Amino acid sequence: MSAADHLVVVGCSWGGLDALSRLLAHVPQDLPAAIVVAQHRMHDASYLAELLARHTDWPVCEAEDKEPISVGHVHLAPPGYHLLIDGHRLALSTEGPVRHSRPSIDVLFESAAEAFTHRVVGVVLTGANSDGARGLVRIVRRGGRAVVQDPATAARRDMPEAALATGVDATVAPLEEIGPLLGQMITSHPQGERSSSHPQGERSST
Amino acid sequence: MDLLLEAVYRHYGFDFRQYARPSLRRRLTRRLSLEGLQTLSGLQERLLHEPECMERLLLDLSINVTAMFRDPSFFRVFRTKVVPLLRTYPFIRIWNAGCSTGEETYSLAILLREEGLYDRTRIYATDINEAVLVQARQALFPLEKMKEYTENYLASGGSRAFSEYYVAAYEGAQFDRSLGDNIVFARHNLATDRSFNEFQVVVCRNVMIYFDMSLQNRVHDLFYESLQRLGVLALGPKESIAFTSHADHYDVLDPQNKLFRKAR
Ligand SMILES: C[S@@+](CC[C@H](N)C(=O)[O-])C[C@H]1O[C@@H](n2cnc3c(N)ncnc32)[C@H](O)[C@@H]1O
Repeated sequence: MSAADHLVVVGCSWGGLDALSRLLAHVPQDLPAAIVVAQHRMHDASYLAELLARHTDWPVCEAEDKEPISVGHVHLAPPGYHLLIDGHRLALSTEGPVRHSRPSIDVLFESAAEAFTHRVVGVVLTGANSDGARGLVRIVRRGGRAVVQDPATAARRDMPEAALATGVDATVAPLEEIGPLLGQMITSHPQGERSSSHPQGERSST
Repeated sequence: MDLLLEAVYRHYGFDFRQYARPSLRRRLTRRLSLEGLQTLSGLQERLLHEPECMERLLLDLSINVTAMFRDPSFFRVFRTKVVPLLRTYPFIRIWNAGCSTGEETYSLAILLREEGLYDRTRIYATDINEAVLVQARQALFPLEKMKEYTENYLASGGSRAFSEYYVAAYEGAQFDRSLGDNIVFARHNLATDRSFNEFQVVVCRNVMIYFDMSLQNRVHDLFYESLQRLGVLALGPKESIAFTSHADHYDVLDPQNKLFRKAR
């Protein structure tokens, strides 16, 4: 397993299982990135990893605290915890729900923006609330990219619409096209920039 | 952020320098906006000049959430996999580190009493926060929690009526005082204090999740040193030993419930 240079952070809520399955099925096998997912779900829904693993050859695991982020892996936020990016590791927190959600998509996205700056793509999928909108804005502000599921194709359009309503510069696409799009965004990323900045370690200051 | 944490430490002695950064950053940012301030240096200034502001930040930063028989499957597996090991010892010492208000400690005491081991057990329950220890010693928990705790207890393999263990009083559910007989609640800071005994079991759940990698490693040094050979280490459900410097020193007793056994 090698440390990831690029990060794809995905947020979804209502209708998320089906959406994630379809997204993962079209992610290029050799995408040089890790995928980290925050989905709102019930407390006992710990079989999400198993269900998603049927749609991708990448290992799909629920995150543990301080686990290294690995290329070619899908890391899932466990129910009842916030998932944050800490340098090149995952960190969990039981801090209270943020705008009624734990995991909170905004919490994941904001910490990803902080740690991976321009080497993050934030993806907002179906959902019946507005989580992820603020986080997506932060990602783009720090030089990362944004993708939003085409609201017309979403099981619930509130979340994609809320993300777009921020006016953030995002690419809108149906699920099946998001994987290939990630491939283009990440491989076409200027090489020079890659080495110029590594994930900010836990000692970095604000 | 480093500067602010350093200043808080120098001025008040509260040491958050080795707490996990991303969630610390979130909570500082939140405090910043609640105080109507713009910059971390502005917050730093207010913290140093207004102890009330420091009090508010302390509340933001301290997470004491706990419950009796929290994660029932942990206690179920503790009964089936750890209790048989403990039966072989004439005297049992357990360190419950980061015990908060004591719910976890009394849960262990109840379990051990039911297994007939409590009389020869001593539980050292420690926390950095004196206020939670004062509460823990009272063994008084909110009545409205008893439904949840009863369910947890039954799911953990408890076979009695949970209500046998407490009396409902006006102030809350007063737990059987004799459960506290073999518990010592004491202040101990995992970041700075040393080991103080040798134990068969160390239970430290949902505490290190707030620490950064280097402090986690320090605490794992402490636990490794404090466990006797073949002693058991219990961590929270999403905590792992795999990413620490002691990964190779333990065998996995139960991977889901994070029970490890000091092997070498
Ligand atoms: C979330 S509670 C966990 C309570 C219990 N172990 C459980 O799992 O339900 C975390 C506790 O760790 C304590 N703690 C935090 N930093 C500590 C330190 N440096 N040394 C000892 N305890 C600490 C806090 O005061 C708090 O009571």
